Amino acid sequence: MKHTIAVLVNNQPGVLQRVSGLFGRRGFNIESITVGTSEEAGLSRMVIVTTGDEKMLEQVTKQLYKLIDVIKVVDLSANPMVARELALIKVGAEPSMRPEILGVVETFRASIVDIGTGSLTVQVVGDSEKIDAMVELLKPYGIRELTRTGVTAMTRGNAR
Amino acid sequence: MSAQGATLRSKEEIMEKLRKPEVVTGSEMLLRSLVLEGADCVFGYPGGAVLFIYDAMHGFSDFNHLLTRHEQGAIHAADGYARASGKVGVCIATSGPGATNLVTGIATAYMDSVPLVVITGNVATNFIGTDAFQEADITGITMPITKHSYLVRNVEDLPRTIHEAFHIANTGRKGPVLIDIPKDVSAQKALFQPVNEVNLRGYNPTVQPNRHQVDKMIKAIAEAERPVILAGGGVVYSGGHEELLEFVTKTEIPITTTLLGLGAYPSGRDLWLGMPGMHGTYTSNKAIQNADLLINIGARFDDRVTMKLDGFAPQAKVVHIDIDPAEIGKNVPTEIPIVGDIKTVLQIANKQAVRADKADAWRTRVQEWKSQYPLRYKDSDTELKPQWVIEMIHDTTGGDAIVTTDVGQHQMWAAQYYKFNKPRSWVTSGGLGTMGFGFPSAIGAQLACPERTVVSINGDGGMQMCAQELAICAINNIPVKIAIINNQVLGMVRQWQEIIYDNRYSHIDLAGSPDFVKLAEAYGVKGYRAVGKEDARKVWEEALQHPGPAVVEFVVHKGENVYPMVTQGNTIDTMLMGDE
Repeated sequence: MKHTIAVLVNNQPGVLQRVSGLFGRRGFNIESITVGTSEEAGLSRMVIVTTGDEKMLEQVTKQLYKLIDVIKVVDLSANPMVARELALIKVGAEPSMRPEILGVVETFRASIVDIGTGSLTVQVVGDSEKIDAMVELLKPYGIRELTRTGVTAMTRGNAR
Repeated sequence: MSAQGATLRSKEEIMEKLRKPEVVTGSEMLLRSLVLEGADCVFGYPGGAVLFIYDAMHGFSDFNHLLTRHEQGAIHAADGYARASGKVGVCIATSGPGATNLVTGIATAYMDSVPLVVITGNVATNFIGTDAFQEADITGITMPITKHSYLVRNVEDLPRTIHEAFHIANTGRKGPVLIDIPKDVSAQKALFQPVNEVNLRGYNPTVQPNRHQVDKMIKAIAEAERPVILAGGGVVYSGGHEELLEFVTKTEIPITTTLLGLGAYPSGRDLWLGMPGMHGTYTSNKAIQNADLLINIGARFDDRVTMKLDGFAPQAKVVHIDIDPAEIGKNVPTEIPIVGDIKTVLQIANKQAVRADKADAWRTRVQEWKSQYPLRYKDSDTELKPQWVIEMIHDTTGGDAIVTTDVGQHQMWAAQYYKFNKPRSWVTSGGLGTMGFGFPSAIGAQLACPERTVVSINGDGGMQMCAQELAICAINNIPVKIAIINNQVLGMVRQWQEIIYDNRYSHIDLAGSPDFVKLAEAYGVKGYRAVGKEDARKVWEEALQHPGPAVVEFVVHKGENVYPMVTQGNTIDTMLMGDE
């Protein structure tokens, strides 16, 4: 089962290594990890997508709390959450193909952020499934390069 | 027994000096901070990156510094010091190889929750990351085996860092904390003011338990027909041995103590069942497997205790008391989790604890096992048996020594046949199983407890992994008594190869070992050898009487095995008893 957890950490050198190292040596899987500053100065928030059962999630949480630089661990996926990811997709696109590709992009409310002589770069924001779908649809045109940020997320405003 | 004959100034004099804010170097800050944290003995080895620190130590006499002969000796000694005293052990090494030589010792302390503050030098900050001479990323290397670590980049941060390190090392679940100090930081000057508080938002160990869970445990005890207590090192580390004694006395529940829990409960008592697990007693293992209530107090359900998890304590409702919430439910499903400091939890529990009244038939059954299947070995009139040697060491020290061991057969025999009655009298590497630990840890234990007899029991293999520290015993007259149980092989490996690998003995012959008596004498340490029972007792007593350090080699038969034994993949009630 997939879990999305938010880890509030001290913004210290090495803190990403501490957290990712813990996942690695305890055999916990990291599907994606994003890090950035938080609402509080000096603290960063990591959002980690991991897979495992409830027991694994409990161990992950407890082990994370043992790190001195970890302030708070929240299982976001236990409650309604907003989860978003951004992807940049460079597609092979001769001028003749562009209108067709633009059609796909518009349907997804994605946008073209760069145009080359033989390519288009598409930016798409959404949950991971939406990005997966977008990637599928663009595949026939030839994906030259693909980069995804990984999921960042938070609980919904009215969720407890 | 002081290093280099230094005399310590009185506490008041020192404190008065240190209270005054003063601009000093990072090195001086380190020394002052160590004194303020209560360090009276530091183990170390100098080198390029710590030259400023050692320069500040020139003529410094507010704590003793012991120059070991290898960084590994330094950290194991600091570990022995910490385990015997309950204080934080401190060691210092230089960058690169000095720091990496500490790695095994850090892992040893981490696995057994021993509070250490490990100071390493590093290359100057402008050299970090350039593969400079003797550079190693020691904070990176040790991240998985430290409770926390610091790389200090600004000298202003040093006093706070050191204070935090001591706090983290010796609170909650204890453990080693590493402080890496680049060379330029140790030379820079800044205002030093003692730090008296810690502000660590992400670190708040739970001391007070949830009362509701404690009530549930008390209720479970009243209902239990076959209760057992499994007590571990956490009891010793929390200082909760008296509370444990009271708890057992009130509830009259049979108790088994893990390898690290030996001494947490007096071993002579009727309710004590011995050690559980792979080389545990028949009674302990049977009791756990038949229990309907298993109360784990400060043990972590290590695989050497549980053996095959599926089928461990199959009928038991499990209570687990631990300071570390991550241990609860990690290996064994737990019905009643109690997170808190063991001593505090037991103090609360003791107010309500009453005799487990439904367990009378169980107590009788346990006593029957105990008398029917005691620990035993086939003694010999002609040969010296290792178990006999341990019993003799126990008798001649009145069971009152601090015993340190290395790892292997002699360790298990010492655990089985030396009967501990006091906590902090048993120093052994349980979790990591570190060979080379036994002897240097005894040096630390002796410095922590100068008034006590310290016996280090080693095999002929492990003794050779840190034998160089005989030098510091000799020059500082540290009177540890070093027993070497010499069976001329790597005994535990031999035992496994015999039992599990069909007598295919592969690379276990230790032929070529030195003459241990001569080795001792080469360092200026008194050496003895015994081959039979009579001279064994005689030379051992002589060694005990000897005012300085002594090595006693006991030449024993190589074919002796440790029993009972549970082989891997089996539940703990499937024991080889040695007479199959």
